[in-house]
Amino acid sequence: MRFGVVRFPGTWSDLDCFHVLSEVYGQEVRYVWHRETDLSDLDCVILPGGFSYGDYLRPGAIARFSPVMAAVADFAAAGKLVLGICNGFQILCEAGLLPGALLRNNHLQFRCQWVYLRVENVETPFTLSCVQGQVLKIPISHGDGNYFADPETLAELERTGRVVFRYATPAGEVTPEANPNGSLNNIAGIINRAGNVLGMMPHPERASEEVLGSADGRYIWDSIIRWADGRHPA
Amino acid sequence: MDATLLRKVGLTEYEYGLVLERLGRSPNHLELGMIGALWSEHCGYKHTKPLLKMLPSTGPRVVVGPGEENAGVVSIGDGYVVVLKIESHNHPSAVEPYQGAATGVGGILRDIFTMGARPVAVLDSLRFGPLVLPRNRYLFNGVVAGISGYGNCVGVPTVGGEVFFDPAYSDNPLVNVMCVGLARADRLLRARTGRPGDLLILVGAATGRDGIHGATFASATLGAETEALRPAVQVGDPFTEKLLLEACLELAESGLPVGLQDLGAAGITAAAVEAAARGGHGVEIDVDRVPRREAGMTPYEVMLSESQERMLVIARPEDEPKVGAIFAKWGLNYSTIGRVTADGLVRVVAGGEVAGELPVRLLTEPPTYQLEGRPLPEWIERRRLDLSGLPDLRLFATPWDTSGAPVVSDVLIRLLGSPNIASKEYVFRQYDHQVLLNTVVGPGADAAVLRVKGTSRAIAVTTDGNGRLCFLNPRLGAMIAVAEAARNLVCVGRPPTA
Repeated sequence: MRFGVVRFPGTWSDLDCFHVLSEVYGQEVRYVWHRETDLSDLDCVILPGGFSYGDYLRPGAIARFSPVMAAVADFAAAGKLVLGICNGFQILCEAGLLPGALLRNNHLQFRCQWVYLRVENVETPFTLSCVQGQVLKIPISHGDGNYFADPETLAELERTGRVVFRYATPAGEVTPEANPNGSLNNIAGIINRAGNVLGMMPHPERASEEVLGSADGRYIWDSIIRWADGRHPA
Repeated sequence: MDATLLRKVGLTEYEYGLVLERLGRSPNHLELGMIGALWSEHCGYKHTKPLLKMLPSTGPRVVVGPGEENAGVVSIGDGYVVVLKIESHNHPSAVEPYQGAATGVGGILRDIFTMGARPVAVLDSLRFGPLVLPRNRYLFNGVVAGISGYGNCVGVPTVGGEVFFDPAYSDNPLVNVMCVGLARADRLLRARTGRPGDLLILVGAATGRDGIHGATFASATLGAETEALRPAVQVGDPFTEKLLLEACLELAESGLPVGLQDLGAAGITAAAVEAAARGGHGVEIDVDRVPRREAGMTPYEVMLSESQERMLVIARPEDEPKVGAIFAKWGLNYSTIGRVTADGLVRVVAGGEVAGELPVRLLTEPPTYQLEGRPLPEWIERRRLDLSGLPDLRLFATPWDTSGAPVVSDVLIRLLGSPNIASKEYVFRQYDHQVLLNTVVGPGADAAVLRVKGTSRAIAVTTDGNGRLCFLNPRLGAMIAVAEAARNLVCVGRPPTA
């Protein structure tokens, strides 16, 4: 399969996502400049973390107008995989490809730390290699990760199993203490109705090699690759 | 000569006399400002150069030593070099902690990527007064937020450093920022002119009135009146810095530029003059071609502005379109503001006329001073401090003594509660310390360890210093600092290199 890693001005996890996909996984991957509009050679698009346009105005508020985002919307509508990490999640919310918004962390500080995620739904292309309730150790690094949605949207997300990851304790309990930013219902990642666009605040690319502290992010990359192989058997 | 004007540009009567002698005429207002900025301690090291020359600075791995370029370069083998520099931003941080610290990070990052190296780590060595005082808490939180706000946005991990609190730093914090970069040895860029006719291309933020006399300000002693110099502190734009970083690395990769020089203290003046001095040339600058942020700026203001996030590229005339295309891709404004000349002069042109003309060497060779040192009486007194009056903890039979004397466990709890001993996680969790996927050992350890991708190598980096020891005995304190930094590196398994 072929991955595309989008680079907006101000993106910085592009190098990291590229490294993991090409060096750790040996997958085909290329950078997608934010002015590109043709994604037809790709199977999965990654919107990486960073401060696109300096997060000026609001994280993701300017990047959603980049030419590539119209192409990403078409790409998603065609059922192909889109993974938004951190700033990528914020951009997907601003672009309307995912519901809700990421507000300023409730304690008003940036946080870079390891967190534990409970996998709530394993029937997605991004989590099919996980087991229900599995706990993944993956770091966060953001100042605006406080997930918010109106009560109806939140209820629908919960009812339809679209909350994919929740901040939890290492033992998998969802508690206020395990919530690093004030997200409603400890939400760390959600998926769209069609089940092919995932947004998450934690950085799986930072947890893909044991030497860096955890390889739990691999469950997500493994899932994506297994899902694609299942659809296009070699 | 008007004493007020001399004080404004930071020159003494003696130095003005030297200028008259070397120039053979009176400098005009613009020329005087340029001399004042480059002869400041901040740019010219006139008081410290004789001392700094005493430091050992050679070794088998040293590729570029101190003072030769914008940063030092050390070889790590496999064709890779590490580029490193540490710089203080104390004065700006004391006046405006967020922007002072943020622009400190910005400035040190530019020193690294101007050499064609990707910044891979930032370390901060911070000192504040006790946190019981509100002003110190404001400075502490502002500095930490400034480092976090700027460094995180640019995407360079802050992997280590130190924080220490002592009454000596009340209202006057120390903010030292170190940056470490990684480059292929064959891709290193130098900050020098190539040959007469080469172009000077200014890229990045537009030039405004911010930070004029910043170099002079940084060299002055802080007092009540410096509060009024607030405009001397610049405001950082980390997004533009990130674009500059990526564009400059793409430029270095392209092999197009002859030289690259960042703009810091004394702005265009220092950048152009230093590059010309290294190349043994002159430069001509047309201030009308400098993109402005404000209307009505004088040549003096344009030449001395310290607006952040600007770089000077020296390129062959035929490469101008290709260099411009890289900047256009990253959405950066650029303008060709001048050219390299053979006459050894820096010439400033405004409105088609020469507004100022000075020999490059006059600017880069300030007088140096050997200062006489003498210990303060207070110092000598402190050295004699009698510690025999302190209670001897060995005399307490149990940690739960109830006789009214201090109890050992209470003492231990108080020690652990001291901000100087407590965990610094409150600080470093506000810094992204993982981006770029190199951080094998992060903040909180004796030293940070970064892997070098594509090789089997890793580098260990640390900062250290003990202000109290240096206060009591500068010579021994400095020796202990070097030894402690070396031990930090040994603790994570590395022999010290530089």
